[in-house]
Amino acid sequence: MQMSVSPAKLDNGIGASKEAPPTVLEAIRTFADERRSFWIVVSLLVLFVAWEIAGRIPISFAFPTFLETVSAFGELVADGSMHNAYFLTLQPLVLGVVISAAVGIGLGVAMGLSDKAEWLLAPVFIVLQAAPMAALVPLVTFVYGIGLTAKTLAVIMLALPVIVLNSYKAVRHVNPSLVDMCRSFQGSRMQQIFKIIIPDASPVLFAGLRLGIAAGFIGVMLAELLITPTGIGDLITYHRSVANYAHMYAAVASIIAVSTLTLAGLQYVEAHLLRPEKRRK
Amino acid sequence: MANSALARGDNLKFATGNDAVVQVRDIFKNYGDVEALRGINLEFERGKLTTLLGPSGCGKTTLLKIIAGLVPATSGEIRVNGRAVTGPGPERAFVFQDFALMPWATVLRNVGFGLELKGMPAAERDRTARRYIEQVGLAGFEQKYPHELSGGMRQRVGIARAFAVNADVLLLDEPFSAVDEQNRRKFQEDLLRLVELEKKTFIFVTHSIEEAVYVSDRIVLLSPRPGRVSQIIDPMIDRSASPDDIRRDAGYLDVVEEIWQGLRQYAE
Amino acid sequence: MTLFGTRIPMMASLVFWLLVWEIVGQLDVMFLIPPITSIVSAGFDLVQTGSWQDASMITLRSFLYGMSLAIVVGVPLGVLMGRVKVIDNIFGLWVNMFVSAPLSALVPILMILFGMGETTVIVTVFLFAVWIIVLDARAGVMQVPTSLVEMGRSYGASRWTIFSKIILLSALPEILAGIRIGLIRGVKGVVIGQILVSIIGYGELFELYSRSFDMERFWALTMLLFVAAMLLSAGVEHFEKRIEYYAGAR
Repeated sequence: MQMSVSPAKLDNGIGASKEAPPTVLEAIRTFADERRSFWIVVSLLVLFVAWEIAGRIPISFAFPTFLETVSAFGELVADGSMHNAYFLTLQPLVLGVVISAAVGIGLGVAMGLSDKAEWLLAPVFIVLQAAPMAALVPLVTFVYGIGLTAKTLAVIMLALPVIVLNSYKAVRHVNPSLVDMCRSFQGSRMQQIFKIIIPDASPVLFAGLRLGIAAGFIGVMLAELLITPTGIGDLITYHRSVANYAHMYAAVASIIAVSTLTLAGLQYVEAHLLRPEKRRK
Repeated sequence: MANSALARGDNLKFATGNDAVVQVRDIFKNYGDVEALRGINLEFERGKLTTLLGPSGCGKTTLLKIIAGLVPATSGEIRVNGRAVTGPGPERAFVFQDFALMPWATVLRNVGFGLELKGMPAAERDRTARRYIEQVGLAGFEQKYPHELSGGMRQRVGIARAFAVNADVLLLDEPFSAVDEQNRRKFQEDLLRLVELEKKTFIFVTHSIEEAVYVSDRIVLLSPRPGRVSQIIDPMIDRSASPDDIRRDAGYLDVVEEIWQGLRQYAE
Repeated sequence: MTLFGTRIPMMASLVFWLLVWEIVGQLDVMFLIPPITSIVSAGFDLVQTGSWQDASMITLRSFLYGMSLAIVVGVPLGVLMGRVKVIDNIFGLWVNMFVSAPLSALVPILMILFGMGETTVIVTVFLFAVWIIVLDARAGVMQVPTSLVEMGRSYGASRWTIFSKIILLSALPEILAGIRIGLIRGVKGVVIGQILVSIIGYGELFELYSRSFDMERFWALTMLLFVAAMLLSAGVEHFEKRIEYYAGAR
């Protein structure tokens, strides 16, 4: 153990100057402190092992083990049903998120810039964000049936308020000193908005977008479970009805994983491409 | 002491060769029911550094922002080069207490930002920016971002940005208050060099008596609540001496003491 | 906003929107949108029915059980994560993941594990609310100023006194903020849980009204829920402000 650990420590220039040779336990600890990936592996392992044990007992007839779920996931991928399901689920999701982002950032920025727009719209979106919008999802089916439009609307209903409110907050909290700076150099209102306000607001805009995407995932799953069984929602409903619990769990776990990876990916792109001041040298 | 600035505030004299670049006439400023400034009359001469000094709440920053055109006065008038001020203008440049640097832009872009807003072509803008970056001693840092610089270096960027637009009047709002003591002294010396070199009009806000006496040609003492001009002092420091000698000079210390006596009634 | 020199409070625009709604409803543009006035009168009828009162009791009960569970589990876990590095490292990933995961996908699993009843809804409320409570409690404990802890130590406070009197109390504003957001999420959880289970509480009523195209009652029920959610959020915010009063001095 110690052998495999010490090179990493030397690489980091830490521990090389220590006089006493570290014990195995200390070595593990220093290694763990230096590597975030170590803890990611450990925490994944902890849950998966707990899952496996709970499945082996089993705590419920409807609780498959972790390994069964993994192999069910493999089957779903192999027979193409996972692929098809995501093709159907991602359409309303992407469409809904893109529309919500465009409309939401537009409205939010307008509310941040204009007192009239704020007066007219802010209370509405404050109510919509605090309220359980999910209650309205069944309504959508009355007008738009059970197709793509209905599912897209469900995504928008959940994603739009949070994107609007965050964009609005982002603009209202722009550093006033930067705006003064722009004015002191006779920047026009357009220059002020595009060269100062939007760049300075962009971290919060992005945070809102991430929250909106998370809400969009909730919305699309709600739509697929509630309105019309298609995509991942269908995979979940179908395998539940035929008591194929491992397959059902695999579908649920996969959508949670996809949502998490999407959000983490967006955060990475934001930090590494768009915000040079946050990039680590 | 010299109260002459108040006495010669008419247009006629200005037209006949008086060197007042900035004239402040009867400025009042109210925030709701709070009276921030009452009846301010001042003149600022070309090539001189004038300091607005006073305890917190005396409205010195407000007055500076009114001169900058960033904050409207409730009544009264500001004239720069004889023309009434209605907003920010190209003949004035502002240096901010909190630097006001764009965190997403490099030093080069930050320094050239005033020129960018004016629509100057990139090549020319970068050339000008590089010249001023060098003048404030930041050559080699053009591609760094503000968060990679110390507080002192960041304010050098702010000063270079203000110089780059080549304004006649430089307005500095407590520029060194977020800079540590060692760098602050270096800054004060650099500032004196720049006043000498650039022949611009400097209006400087600070709450440090020593700093004011060290750098100023003229000090305007403001009293608080509401802000009024209470005294105008010309320190008459012999700047040919070395910085350390100036700080030990009896005349310098006397002025510091005199101002302190005037201000101590406002200390908490 | 100011109009003709007088300030018009922001929430007044809601009145404007309700007016627009009323006009659209009166014009009978869509059967989906009945006039506000008939929704309100349907609401008065609704609250007097036994089915609404029963549904409200069930909903309230699921919500309270789920929230209590979320607070009882969430706050200690968050505090523990803020104090013990190993626990933080192991649970951090999962908490951060579930706080923004599409939990609505988990409800079908809960339905087979806990049955088509109240337990599933309680667990849904718990799952919606608990993660943000954990994260905020953790953040609160982690940002306790070291000078405060050192002050306690220099006056000879025991470890327990430091923990209970300094760390917990100065983390209180964040813990409460987490509970407030948790409450709002919990309301969403109770609605999503009931709609998906669809045979208990408001979920059953929503199902009933939408199947019989009873739009007045559907909207009345929705509005009641919205108002309850807003009142809850405003109530906690008010309480929070009183706590922040002393926290502001930190």
